[in-house]
Amino acid sequence: MRPFAFKRPAGAEAAVKLVAANKDARFIAGGTNLIDLMKEGVDRPNELVDISRVSLNLIRSLGGNGVSIGALAKNTDTANHPLIRQGFPLLTQAILSGASPQIRNMATNGGNLMQRTRCSYFYDLGTPCNKRQPGSGCGAKDGLNRYSAIFGWSDSCVAVHPSDMCVALAALDATVRIRTVAGGERKMNFTAFHRLPGDMPELDNNLSHGEMILSIDIPANRFQANSYYLKIRDRSSYAFALVSVAVGLEIDKGVIKNARIALGGVAHKPWRAEEAERFIEGKQADAAVFQQAAELALRGAKPLSENGYKVKLAQRAIARALRRAANV
Amino acid sequence: MMQDDLKRQPSRVDGRAKVTGKATYIAEFRFPDLAYGYLVQSTIARGTVRDIDTAEAEKQPGVVKILTHKNAPKLANPQADEDFGEKSRPFFALMTDRVLFSGQPVAVVIADTFEQARYAASLVKVSYNEEKPSTDIRDVMDKGFASGRPRPVRGTPDEAFAAAEVKVEAEYTIPIEHHNAMEPHATVANWDGERLTVYDKTQGVTGVRNYLATNFGIDREKITVLSPFVGGAFGASLRPTPNTLLAVMAARETKRPVKIVYSRRQLATAHGYRPASIQKIKIGADKAGKLNSIIHEAVHNTSSHEDFAEDLVGISRTLYACPNVRTDAKITRTDLQTPLWMRAPGTVSGAFALESALDELAYKLKIDPLELRLINYAETDPDSGRPFSSKELRECYRQGAERFGWKDRKPEPRSMRDGRFMVGWGLATGTWGAFLAPSSARVTLKADGTALVESGTTDIGPGTYTTISLIAARQLGLPLEKVTFKLGDSNLPSAPSQGGSITTASVGTAVQECAQIVQKDLMATESKREASPFSGVPFENIEFVDGAVRIKGRPETAMTIGEVLSRNGLPEVTATHTTRPDFGERAKYATASHGAQFVEVKVDEEIGIVRVTRVVQATAAGRIINPKGAHSQEMGGVVWGIGMALMEHTEIDHRIGRIMNPNLAGYHVPVNADIGAIETIFVPEEDTIVNPLGAKGLGELGLVGIPAGIANAVYHATGIRVRDLPITPDKLTR
Ligand SMILES: Cc1cc2nc3c(=O)[nH]c(=O)nc-3n(C[C@H](O)[C@H](O)[C@H](O)COP(=O)(O)OP(=O)(O)OC[C@H]3O[C@@H](n4cnc5c(N)ncnc54)[C@H](O)[C@@H]3O)c2cc1C
Ligand code: SF4
Repeated sequence: MRPFAFKRPAGAEAAVKLVAANKDARFIAGGTNLIDLMKEGVDRPNELVDISRVSLNLIRSLGGNGVSIGALAKNTDTANHPLIRQGFPLLTQAILSGASPQIRNMATNGGNLMQRTRCSYFYDLGTPCNKRQPGSGCGAKDGLNRYSAIFGWSDSCVAVHPSDMCVALAALDATVRIRTVAGGERKMNFTAFHRLPGDMPELDNNLSHGEMILSIDIPANRFQANSYYLKIRDRSSYAFALVSVAVGLEIDKGVIKNARIALGGVAHKPWRAEEAERFIEGKQADAAVFQQAAELALRGAKPLSENGYKVKLAQRAIARALRRAANV
Repeated sequence: MMQDDLKRQPSRVDGRAKVTGKATYIAEFRFPDLAYGYLVQSTIARGTVRDIDTAEAEKQPGVVKILTHKNAPKLANPQADEDFGEKSRPFFALMTDRVLFSGQPVAVVIADTFEQARYAASLVKVSYNEEKPSTDIRDVMDKGFASGRPRPVRGTPDEAFAAAEVKVEAEYTIPIEHHNAMEPHATVANWDGERLTVYDKTQGVTGVRNYLATNFGIDREKITVLSPFVGGAFGASLRPTPNTLLAVMAARETKRPVKIVYSRRQLATAHGYRPASIQKIKIGADKAGKLNSIIHEAVHNTSSHEDFAEDLVGISRTLYACPNVRTDAKITRTDLQTPLWMRAPGTVSGAFALESALDELAYKLKIDPLELRLINYAETDPDSGRPFSSKELRECYRQGAERFGWKDRKPEPRSMRDGRFMVGWGLATGTWGAFLAPSSARVTLKADGTALVESGTTDIGPGTYTTISLIAARQLGLPLEKVTFKLGDSNLPSAPSQGGSITTASVGTAVQECAQIVQKDLMATESKREASPFSGVPFENIEFVDGAVRIKGRPETAMTIGEVLSRNGLPEVTATHTTRPDFGERAKYATASHGAQFVEVKVDEEIGIVRVTRVVQATAAGRIINPKGAHSQEMGGVVWGIGMALMEHTEIDHRIGRIMNPNLAGYHVPVNADIGAIETIFVPEEDTIVNPLGAKGLGELGLVGIPAGIANAVYHATGIRVRDLPITPDKLTR
């Protein structure tokens, strides 16, 4: 087998030092994504730094309903935590629509942000893939792209980010708290965390090698009563989204005061539909408005040869998610 | 079947071993000093291997040997497995530099551990002379050629169609689908001098033994092939896969036992698949719904090197009474692995087309789909003209419709709703031939009152261990737990491969007859014993009950089997017996199982999601020997049908001829949440002609009508006719 060192440092600081010092080292948390990638030979670290026991699994209040969720809290524990269930039911719904109970029991929040695309070429060493092997070409763009992006793709990569949780986090204006290699901390807006492929599809996000996610912080908001996560997939459970939508609304006497709409399964990162958000803000919460917003959200879509269906499906999903969130 | 009825029925005799982990599957067997083989598979679909560089791999710790086409020993007598016979130019891994499909084994690395072998395999460098592959059936459908003997045209179908009052003409397509059994293909091979022992995941130990004997040029008697438990096969193990030959070859070359296990990714090309098919159907009828023409043309893909053909069109010749019928079956070449039988091969594909088309006709005629089927009910087999040995299909329709509540169906599409869901009710018919193959068995009655039953069949999951034990127990008058059934060993009396739903009928008949021979032998000896109460009593007047023998109607004469044996100084009594299907009487009849499937779907139309909420599966398959097993087979058929109708699809990048979803995350089969209520009904059939047991196969039958039934229900719900499987959300939201 490919030999690798396995280390279990005491804390975040030591862990960051270890990974920063070796470009072929990786953090390992729940292992549900990294181990698969290693088995397939897609990722070939020579050092694994186990952070699963670093005590970053707290979920604590930030005042109001704002909350900080530890990078190493499990997906299941996060989804079921009272602060999340009450304060951010959207997040609970999104997490529970992903993977399977067994996987969610292992998967951590940090790992969920960092999980890699499910593009089938990325997983198959016998095919070209710029993300796996820069410069080898993109198998999906003119190949099997039923699952690929309709927004923000480039000629070098058309992959989508597979997470459900991240779609909700994008809608909730979260920030990612990061431990830097130099030993400090920095924060990144969630929407700036993942990146578009451009001509460097090998990079999924803007984290530097060795930097470690400490927590994901969600500010207080008033979307509790009117939020909804809708995931459309090829079977009832245990499948990645063809399209998903996270919606959070603040409604006052039938008028939308504040809106968030994020899409999954359509781009290399969770895709915020900001124009549509602005369009419905200040308007009555009704089906016709939502339909218009849905059309607006998909206006810039650029489907590929096999994924044109995503445009209509996403429109319908947005319209429905908005109606569900608003109870109209 | 009702849960309460089932509770009282016997459970799987091997169930405990399976849930406690005592049942050993192939990859778990080992020999001392075992070495591990790992395959390197081609990344191109067509061309030749220019070079294989194994230098780096050979240097790795633990590597014992690397076999490629350059150094692999030639086979003594390369020949296909028996089922494929003459037609094929079989593929043998490592025998030439030719690449016939992507994922073809081009090297096998043998090392001390699995991990060492896998790692070294990743370092083998293969270069190719690449040729452009052709793997899309659409590109080659016009190059199809006839497969098999042409079948006679009945009447004048083209003229009849032209003149028909009401017509349907449509094209149906089904993509490649893979079996994806839980257990991976695996072989563990051990040479002991000239004797060879092979644990192999297979549906037929005799077939594998003969295949190895031929190809390696050794006596059959020197080979033992074992396959005690099979973790699902569905047809995928009806042919020896490359691991079988390669493990044997590697073991011989390295003089060590060798194990080869396919990974899930590799499995997609280890064996064949349900071929991609395109079917054109024309049906003509009069206004009263009477069919007057069926024209069914089908083409499916095969490989570039073998002529695999399955029968998609046969169902159109037998299912309905119709005076004018033409069927036309073609195959066409692609640069893929050879297809292979997969549960209900051919028939389920053909039924999707025929039963969808019939549904389309029902709407055109404004006749209830059930009524239409009754109008055209085939009282005798329309193809052969023979009567059916038994056929309770009408009763399946009646009981199924009643249980389902079919009479409340509103005829118009889009006319039934449940809140935001569109509700659709559809139905379809299934049939599967009741076949028989020669089989052998041995039965031994022992002094301790137990029986040992042996036959070289396999149990790939349907419950053969249980069903055959039940047959023996009933015949011998023993409680089930006193019977042990041994299978999966090529040294046992030989039986056909487990496929085509023939096992219960074929092996069961052999066992029943053999048990009777043992009983007769025992009583012949006993009746000659001095002072035997059975002296002079004809065998017909003797019965075996509760482990004892007695004269009918005289319980006081009962003597345990052990007692009979000991009084005659016998440790045991045994017999071996081979059945030959009796084509005398049977040949005058058509023999088949039938079923009717009633399906309810609820469609979330806005986002294109279909849920199969309710299925009633009514089955007529002769005598049901193992009710729990039969119930689970028919349920399994529904679950499979849901997969085939709504999600299963092997995705191929035709530019490179490569399967791109070779794993269970990308190849979707149903999960529990996809399954609604499933009810089974078994309509009894008395059939003394089909075989002495009166039992017909039902393992494949339960799938045949389901995909069409679901597609028909989806049409009823939405008004959208999907003729291209699977019915995914994108097809309903266009
Ligand atoms: C079969 C299957 C189905 C799935 N279906 C879904 C689905 O439907 N929806 C969905 O959203 N997800 C799905 N998932 C993905 C699952 O959510 C992720 O695998 C999981 O969240 C990863 O978390 P982990 O802790 O196991 O990460 P690991 O596998 O341990 O790590 C993944 C990556 O994250 C890095 N990493 C981990 N923690 C940190 C940290 N704190 N800071 C910096 N880097 C870090 C690691 O170095 C590694 O590169 C599925 C997974 C599987 C296997
Ligand atoms: S879409 Fe991205 S991940 Fe997929 S093949 Fe292209 S480069 Fe690789």
